Amino acid sequence: MINSKTLKNEGKLFSILNIILLGLLSVIAIFPFYNVFIVSLAKIEVIVKQPVYIIPLSFDLTSYKQIVMEPKFVNAMLVSIFVTVSGVCLSMLLSVLGAYALSKKNMPGRNFLLAAILFTMFFNGGLIPYYLVVKNAGLINNVLCMVIPPAINTFYLIIMKNYFTTIPASLEESARIDGANDIFILIRIIIPTSAPFIATFALFYSVDRWNEWWNALMFINESKKAPLQIFLREILINFSNQFSTMAEALRDRNKTTYLKGIQMAAVVVSSIPILLVYPYLQKHFVKGILVGALKE
Amino acid sequence: MKTSRIPVFKTSLKDSSIAGKIFFYRYFYLMLLPVVIWYFVFSYTPMYGITLAFKSFNYNEGIIGSPWIGFQNFLDMVKDPGFISAFKNTLIISFCKLLIHFPVPIILSILLNEMTRRRLKKVYQTIFTFPHFISWVVMSGIIISILSKDGIVNQIISVFGGDAVSPLVTSSQFRTVIYTTHIWKQMGWDSIIYLAALANINPELLEAASIDGAGRFQKIMHITWPCIRGTAAILLILQIGLMLNIGSGFDQIFNLYNSSVYDVADTIDTFIFRTTFTIGSDFGYMTAVGLVKSVINLLLLITANYTVRKLGEQGIF
Repeated sequence: MINSKTLKNEGKLFSILNIILLGLLSVIAIFPFYNVFIVSLAKIEVIVKQPVYIIPLSFDLTSYKQIVMEPKFVNAMLVSIFVTVSGVCLSMLLSVLGAYALSKKNMPGRNFLLAAILFTMFFNGGLIPYYLVVKNAGLINNVLCMVIPPAINTFYLIIMKNYFTTIPASLEESARIDGANDIFILIRIIIPTSAPFIATFALFYSVDRWNEWWNALMFINESKKAPLQIFLREILINFSNQFSTMAEALRDRNKTTYLKGIQMAAVVVSSIPILLVYPYLQKHFVKGILVGALKE
Repeated sequence: MKTSRIPVFKTSLKDSSIAGKIFFYRYFYLMLLPVVIWYFVFSYTPMYGITLAFKSFNYNEGIIGSPWIGFQNFLDMVKDPGFISAFKNTLIISFCKLLIHFPVPIILSILLNEMTRRRLKKVYQTIFTFPHFISWVVMSGIIISILSKDGIVNQIISVFGGDAVSPLVTSSQFRTVIYTTHIWKQMGWDSIIYLAALANINPELLEAASIDGAGRFQKIMHITWPCIRGTAAILLILQIGLMLNIGSGFDQIFNLYNSSVYDVADTIDTFIFRTTFTIGSDFGYMTAVGLVKSVINLLLLITANYTVRKLGEQGIF
């Protein structure tokens, strides 16, 4: 027999080790972001003197001033804001309508459509046919190429459908007695009662559109239509591409200044919207809405 | 048969014939229309485009007009060193990434679940989940910056007197960067689903085990783990099924790799993208390459699902 005292001590030791282990891991996980932040605020004269720049020894907003004064950055930001706002509107319209209709279990053809939709999660035509479809839709070099082709995320659609299935039918039936049609019921009853849930998915979509770069990389070839992620890709990752003018211009104009500081300031500024919505997102996804996606 | 049915149901679904049912659901079909059109255009039309894999693409004649060439594109693939290398890398990277990453969120969720300090647990979780919401473009920018010659990693190494490293341009180290940064970005997010499953464990079960003299480790092995085993099984099938898509991670590799590590980093997705848009390879041939990947993916999914069901867990179809 193990006595309860040793068990208790074992438990305590485990707790302490656990906190330390996870603590170390989270320090490692957060450190790169911390580094980005302090470099963005550093003065080049201070940073070159330090063998290791870990403690923020200087506070200087020059890098931020330079990035927000850069017209290409501002333009890319505006493109991304447009893509995010219009993208979320279209995505939510399609997803809410689709998910609500698909939640009706007795609707003829519903199972077939659902299977056809699920199938697209596991099989697709591949890059070239997709490229040709978007090209034929006239979306080349059109900012809507970041809005329409990625409009529906099947995974989100299924989670939303599962959620709508849990809404009690009595809610709709009472309205139907009063002669309301189903579209009216959706707008006046279903959407208001599930507002927080729907808002969470609007935020998921907005993060996706804000982070959109793949469609832009393929379909956009004018730098004035490039979104933020493409701008960041140019100044952070490669300086020699079709948008090279963007990065070159920035580099030339700021020859005397600290390039890394500007890069990191761009990262920080472009992450602000995500930082703003993150607490709300976290509050809701932890509640386990994503679990619904696993079944069915 | 009882006659005291609520009349409302009868008037709303007058007859149970198919036509009657379809009429009853007419507004729902209207709601579905834009969604069906979207899936038709952006998911199913490209599937028709797969026929290109058996054609030699002629830009002026489009998909339909291009001439059929049978399996020629597939025969060409076997002789293409670029494809062979990409194919090999895709399998290696996908498999290793799955193998290394898969247990991490499970262990992380168990450790987080064992924490009694709620506030601290929340702080840790916030930190671990955050990178999921940052795009690979930005993540790669950060990784390239911290691993650069004057980056923080090399600063620390030089303080301790070590030699500078440049893993992003070193073939033998590049994949390690891929595996670790994938864990860094995804472990928190991927653990959420397990934490949700763990939250459903009946606390009485744990109490009873304590009374019976079970230690922390025994409780984890005999109560906690069995509770998330089913979830783990389903996720494993999904991840095996999507292994070549998610596993080989186009966004991650495309933003991190460079010409000096193509030999170990080029995957089917990056190979298709790069050769199509920078070199301008034949569309028919590249479609065939994509099809090979899609088919392997589907086979993996079916096999994984079948295996998990054989082992007595619930599959996804």
